[in-house]
Amino acid sequence: MSLFLALVTQVLHIALMLAAAPLLTGLVRWLKARLLGRVGASPLQPWRDLARLARKQPVLAENATMLFEIAPVVQFAAIGVAALLVPSFALGMASAPVADLLVIAGLLTLARCTLALAAMDIGTGFGGIGASREMMFGVFAEPALLMVIFTLTLLAGTTNLDTITELLREGSFGLRVSLGLAAVAFVAVALTETGRIPIDNSATHLELTMVHEAMVLEYSGRDLALIDGAAMLKLLLWFTLIGTVFVPFGAAPAGAGPLAWLVGLVCWGLKMGVLAAALAVLETAQAKMRVFRVPEFLGIALLLGLLAAVFLFVSQGFA
Amino acid sequence: MAPHLGFGVLDYDAAHMLGGAALVLSFALLYQRRVSAVINTYALQGWVLAAAAAWQGFVQGEANLYLTALVAVAAKGIVIPVALHRIVRRLEIHRSIETALGIFPSMILGVGLVALSILVVVPTTLASQALTREDLALALSVVLLGLLMMITRRNALTQVVGFMSLENGLILAAVGVAGMPLIVELSVAFLVMVAFIVFGVFFFRIRERFESLDVGRLDRLGELPR
Repeated sequence: MSLFLALVTQVLHIALMLAAAPLLTGLVRWLKARLLGRVGASPLQPWRDLARLARKQPVLAENATMLFEIAPVVQFAAIGVAALLVPSFALGMASAPVADLLVIAGLLTLARCTLALAAMDIGTGFGGIGASREMMFGVFAEPALLMVIFTLTLLAGTTNLDTITELLREGSFGLRVSLGLAAVAFVAVALTETGRIPIDNSATHLELTMVHEAMVLEYSGRDLALIDGAAMLKLLLWFTLIGTVFVPFGAAPAGAGPLAWLVGLVCWGLKMGVLAAALAVLETAQAKMRVFRVPEFLGIALLLGLLAAVFLFVSQGFA
Repeated sequence: MAPHLGFGVLDYDAAHMLGGAALVLSFALLYQRRVSAVINTYALQGWVLAAAAAWQGFVQGEANLYLTALVAVAAKGIVIPVALHRIVRRLEIHRSIETALGIFPSMILGVGLVALSILVVVPTTLASQALTREDLALALSVVLLGLLMMITRRNALTQVVGFMSLENGLILAAVGVAGMPLIVELSVAFLVMVAFIVFGVFFFRIRERFESLDVGRLDRLGELPR
């Protein structure tokens, strides 16, 4: 029975993630447009765009290799599996035993590297510059992410996301300074990974400073649909990670029935809405930073993660 | 797993979080490159400090601390930032901040200072609770980061902001300890106000002489710029 419930939750979870990802991106865009005083396209627009792109045949460059063709599928699969592991409305999904934070970080890295390789495949200048920047950001974002994971692991004694969430929910750790510092570092990493405004501008194809868009400039048709879909899924994945780890309330406990799922779903929707609004405000209020200031920004995230771990040592009496 | 040492009690946790927020804002002060952003961050730190004082007043049941909070909001959250903004506008120094040391090295030094303050505070306060220890370590870190900011900035105005954020650290330590007399806090706050006025006059004098607030120019003796 419990296995059946776990499987049902898992299927519902991934269906929800896939369905909600374009909606979330649409919501952020709509909120941003409203904040700028424009009417804004309906939050459903990304869904329509994806459907339109999916119907179209991709146009390939003459010198495109196999890598260029399979890269969209590989990176969508990597991000999809990562999204499978992050609990949204209920804990105790079928994937809970393997939902390891390090695995999720690894899958995201796989997706990033695949896309960067594909960007260099055709040999255009934009693809290369985008790939090089993306990898540079990755070099700086990953240590910061690992510091946050390290802090959570020290606190909970495991890297399993499901167990960490469960322990944090019980509240025996209380509100820790370490958790606060880790949350700030985590948000900085999330902004980098999802290519949002202080780091990269996701709303432009026309800037020399673009990163993600520069990498995918050569893609079209259903390949582009896969890449765009994966980017949207990644945004939802990071939002869900933030909501699950740092605001671990509301999600249905393992083995609970549909009523608890409904409560979990409402809570999850609320969290996503609040985060979307926060992101829209942040993106409206801030300007994109110069590419070479990004390492500094992420270095600070790393230092905050380090501080979080240091304070954990102090409070647990190791120092 | 290590014992939790009394964590999970909201009273302490919230005080702790506010201390942590003040520390993060100290780092944010070191990170900012624009004068107006520095001033806004300083104002925010004043508000956080006021919240910390008010929360301690609530937890300890001392009305005095509410007064401290009120003074913090009025002076550090409103009056000083507004005055600083006005000075910036009058002297037309919106340009980005010149640092004597790069931003990232100074951040690394900052983390080193936090580690140092933990190393200093922990052995000397072994007798008291872990919570007091951590609070004191946070406050000392804010003080040291204020000092660091005074050292690593070349613009006189940001040095003054560093000085005042140092004082925020002192108040943060003071409100965490039960039984600190109000008169001490009030006189510290008063001193800072006086210091601020003196600095304000000083800014104008430096500016008049050297047409800049870069204190590096004060090193060159004996020749007046034409």
